[in-house]
Amino acid sequence: MSMWKNFTKGFLRENPVFILVLGTCPTLAVTTSLANGLGMGLSTTFVLVMSNLVISALKNLIPDKVRIPCFIVVIASFVTIVDLVMAGYFQAIHAQLGIFIPLIVVNCIVLGRAEAFAAKNSLSASFVDGLGMGFGFTLALAVLGVVREALGAGSFFGHKFISGDGILVFVLAPGAFLVFGYAIAFVNRLNKMMSGGK
Amino acid sequence: MAYILMIVSAVFVNNIVLTQFLGICPFLGVSRRLSTAMGMGGGVIFVLTLATIITYLIQKYILVPMAIEFMQTIVYILVIAALVQMVEIVLKKVSPALYQALGVYLPLITTNCAILGVAILVVRKQFNLTESAVFAAANGFGFTFALILFATIRERLELLNIPHSMRGVPIALILAGLLSLAFMGFAGIVR
Repeated sequence: MSMWKNFTKGFLRENPVFILVLGTCPTLAVTTSLANGLGMGLSTTFVLVMSNLVISALKNLIPDKVRIPCFIVVIASFVTIVDLVMAGYFQAIHAQLGIFIPLIVVNCIVLGRAEAFAAKNSLSASFVDGLGMGFGFTLALAVLGVVREALGAGSFFGHKFISGDGILVFVLAPGAFLVFGYAIAFVNRLNKMMSGGK
Repeated sequence: MAYILMIVSAVFVNNIVLTQFLGICPFLGVSRRLSTAMGMGGGVIFVLTLATIITYLIQKYILVPMAIEFMQTIVYILVIAALVQMVEIVLKKVSPALYQALGVYLPLITTNCAILGVAILVVRKQFNLTESAVFAAANGFGFTFALILFATIRERLELLNIPHSMRGVPIALILAGLLSLAFMGFAGIVR
C-alpha cells in the first residue's frame, strides 16, 4: 500500500467513527461544539501517533503473550502526558472535556491500531497510519460538532449566526445519538453510491 | 435516604449510558438479544462495584500518601485489566454456572469505559468508601436497566423493514436517542 493511500484511508474509506464505529463514547460526549470536537480529536491524534511509534519500535522486544498489557501501559503513559499538558496550558478545554481525557486510554481506536497495524508494520508506516486515523477521527468529531453546534446553539465555532436560542435538544444527550445515527446512515449511502452507483 | 437518592439519580436521572455516554460500545454491541444483554449487565454490575472499591482503596492508601496521583490513569487501567482476568479465573473455579453465564462478556468489560469512568468519577466527586460502592452498584444497575430496555426494543426492530442505509448501527443510535429523550423526562426529580 502506498504511503498516501495509507494516510488517507482513515478519512472516509476506513473512517474509525463512521465506518468502523469505534470510539463512540467520546464521539457522542464531546461533540457539543466544534471547539470541543477538535480538542478531543487532536488529543487523541497525539496519543495515537505516539503510541503507534513506540509500539512499532518495540514490536520485536515485547513478548507476544503480554503484548496487550504492554500496549495499554504505553498508551496510558501518553494519555497522562496529554492530560497534564492540557491541565497546564489549555484549562478551559480541559475542563470542558473533563473525564473523557483520561478515558482516551480505553478508546478502542488507539488499542485497535496498535494491535492491528503498529505491531506488524514499520516505524514510518505506523506513524503515517496513526496520523491518518487520528485525522479521520478528528474530521468525524468536527463534522458532528459543527452540525450539533449549528442546530443546537445557532453558532459556528462560538460565533452566533442567529438571534435567540437554537434547538436545545441537539446539544443535549439525545441530539448526540440522533445526529450520529443520521451521519452514519449518510456515510453508508455515500459509500454505496461511490462504489456501485445504485 | 441519601443513598436512595443516589441510586435514583444514577439509574434514572443521570443514567450512565443515555446521559453520561459511558459504556456505549457494549450498549450497541451486545443489545441484539435480551439474554446477552442480561449477561453483560450482570457482569458489569459485578466488575464495576469490585473495581471501584479496589481503585478507591489504591487511591487512598497508595497514590495519595506517595503523592503520585498523576499515575492514576496508568494504575487504574492496569488494576482493572488484572482484576477482570482474576475474576474470570476465580469464577471458572468457584462457580462454573456463573462463569458459563458471564464468561464471554468478561474480557469485553476491560475496555468498557464505564468501569474506568466510574472509578475516576468517585475520586473527582470525593466520595467515601460506602458512597463509592453504592454509586458504582447504582451505575451498574443503571447500565443494565438501559441495556435491557434497549435490547427488548431492538429485538422487535429486527422484524421491521428499514431503509437499507439505516440498518444496523444508525437505527440503533436513533433508537438510543429517543430513549435518551424519554429519560430526560426524569430530569429534575433529584439532582
